[in-house]
Amino acid sequence: MAEVNIHDIIKPENLAYRKSKILTDNVMHYCPGCGHGTTHRVLAEVIEEQDLQSKTVGITPVGCSVLMYNYLDVDFQEAAHGRAPALATAVKRLMPDRFVFTYQGDGDLAAIGTAETIHTCNRGENILILFINNGVYGMTGGQMAPTTLPGMKSSTSPYGRDVKMMGSPIKMADIVALLPGTCYVTRQSVSTAAGVKKLKKAITKAVQYQFENRGTSFIEVVSNCPSGWKMTPVEANKWMEENMFPYYPLGDIKVPQES
Amino acid sequence: MEKEIRLMKGNEAIAEAAIRAGADGYFGYPITPQSEILEYLMEANPQATTGMVVLQAESEVAAINMVYGGAACGKKVMTSSSSPGVSLKQEGITYIAGAELPCLVVNVVRGGPGLGTIQPAQSDYFQATKGGGHGDYHLIVLAPASVQEMADFVELAFDLAFRYRNPAMILSDGAIGQMMEKVELKPFKKRSEEILPWATTGKPAARERNIITSLDLDPERQERFNLKLIAKYREIEEKEVRYEEFQVDDADYILVAYGTSARICQKAIQLARAEGIKAGLLRPITLFPFPKKRLNELASGVKGMLAVEMSAGQMVEDVMLSVNGKTRVSHYGRMGGMIPTPEEVVENLKLFIKG
Repeated sequence: MAEVNIHDIIKPENLAYRKSKILTDNVMHYCPGCGHGTTHRVLAEVIEEQDLQSKTVGITPVGCSVLMYNYLDVDFQEAAHGRAPALATAVKRLMPDRFVFTYQGDGDLAAIGTAETIHTCNRGENILILFINNGVYGMTGGQMAPTTLPGMKSSTSPYGRDVKMMGSPIKMADIVALLPGTCYVTRQSVSTAAGVKKLKKAITKAVQYQFENRGTSFIEVVSNCPSGWKMTPVEANKWMEENMFPYYPLGDIKVPQES
Repeated sequence: MEKEIRLMKGNEAIAEAAIRAGADGYFGYPITPQSEILEYLMEANPQATTGMVVLQAESEVAAINMVYGGAACGKKVMTSSSSPGVSLKQEGITYIAGAELPCLVVNVVRGGPGLGTIQPAQSDYFQATKGGGHGDYHLIVLAPASVQEMADFVELAFDLAFRYRNPAMILSDGAIGQMMEKVELKPFKKRSEEILPWATTGKPAARERNIITSLDLDPERQERFNLKLIAKYREIEEKEVRYEEFQVDDADYILVAYGTSARICQKAIQLARAEGIKAGLLRPITLFPFPKKRLNELASGVKGMLAVEMSAGQMVEDVMLSVNGKTRVSHYGRMGGMIPTPEEVVENLKLFIKG
């Protein structure tokens, strides 16, 4: 059998995918099947393609993505739980020519950081808020989140979320879309190749709007949590499509008015 | 512009001094008795002149986290509040200390606990000097006793904060914040355009990415970081102690007081001396670092020290630790927004002398 060299197979003309230079070589700590890794990758690709590395300041949350700064080769600030939009507000106001984003989970953005989220959007800060909604507190072990679906079981709603006791899951994208300060509000997902492409388009648009000073861009990524949901990655994606998408429908909620 | 003399409130002096010191940003939330700082800055609109950003945040929590974000960019940023608001800021302050960032926090103290009162107090001494939030850390704490010092300490606090990459606090109170005095303002300083090597301003090709965080999940590394912080605090204690003395050379009894209480005690030692009591005053200007060594030296030659504070007795604990049993130490204080009179201090000094 003839020896085959890897370079004989991987040639530029048949290269389907290349790891973004903005992604570091650190091994991600995310669980198999988790949407965080893909979302990081898409964001990294946009930063690379738009040549934004020297202009980017990212703000990481408290939650599963607390260590995001290990994975993207850009300047990062690590915020207290829920406070990323406050940090981003100051960064952008003090350095208006930078690309500033926050990356937050549902507990961070929609529970403890609700005030910061609402008021940052209401002021129309020229930043991107990237919101990963998987309906559960992942890092702390699968507790009920503000976005946990009705009847959904978690370690703090072991009999399923009772909306009479705990209220209904909060739709943050719909709420911030009502505020004049947001220019672009969209809900995406990364469970399919098509979804990944759409998210990339959405982030690219958000970059453009930020440099046009149009206001806050808010991109929700409806995601999964195989570990927290106690499912395989395949089951988790199926469950997400059947249960999360009907409650959190994908698509644009608000797009900028062309001036 | 040249030096300028104006009649101002303490709060206004802080605001004006911040603009003149070349501050890059102020983030605040209204609370009595310090709202004039935010009001003054909004009216002065320094964004149009020096480029200083002024923003009214949605809460004290948001304001201190804006300070965190700005400080992480290497900017000269500050916030101000009063006691209940400063309690809310503690989360952000401990993150800023843990991330080793410079900033200025002003506390125009009012009586507590809880909502307490809007009148002056000195009951946040423990919170200011012992850390305040969770974890092992200290702020550099300056205690102004006049409107002039409210203005002067803004630049000093920023200088110290940047020198040590540590948050600094001006611990004032409602009396100094609200009273009007003559103040000599320094000329305007240009805002710095220097990009600090550790700041998160966007990663150029020439350097590694900068990460501002207070997180380290490795306990050995985290402990090494704690030890580094402690070494920094020891250095601050060696180099940055500031205090002022009045008639301590021949004193039998020394009053120890800062801020508003120190002004009252200045009068009290005059009254005491008129009655033949040889009283002196030591006024700590830095509360952290505390003038421990000087108090210990003075303790050898006096019959006692009386800490006078508008609190139930907080700084007195540091006085006791400083003198380490060398002399008698006691405390006299008023609370809840009450301010002692000089006569009252003398009466209590006499009671202390009687023992």
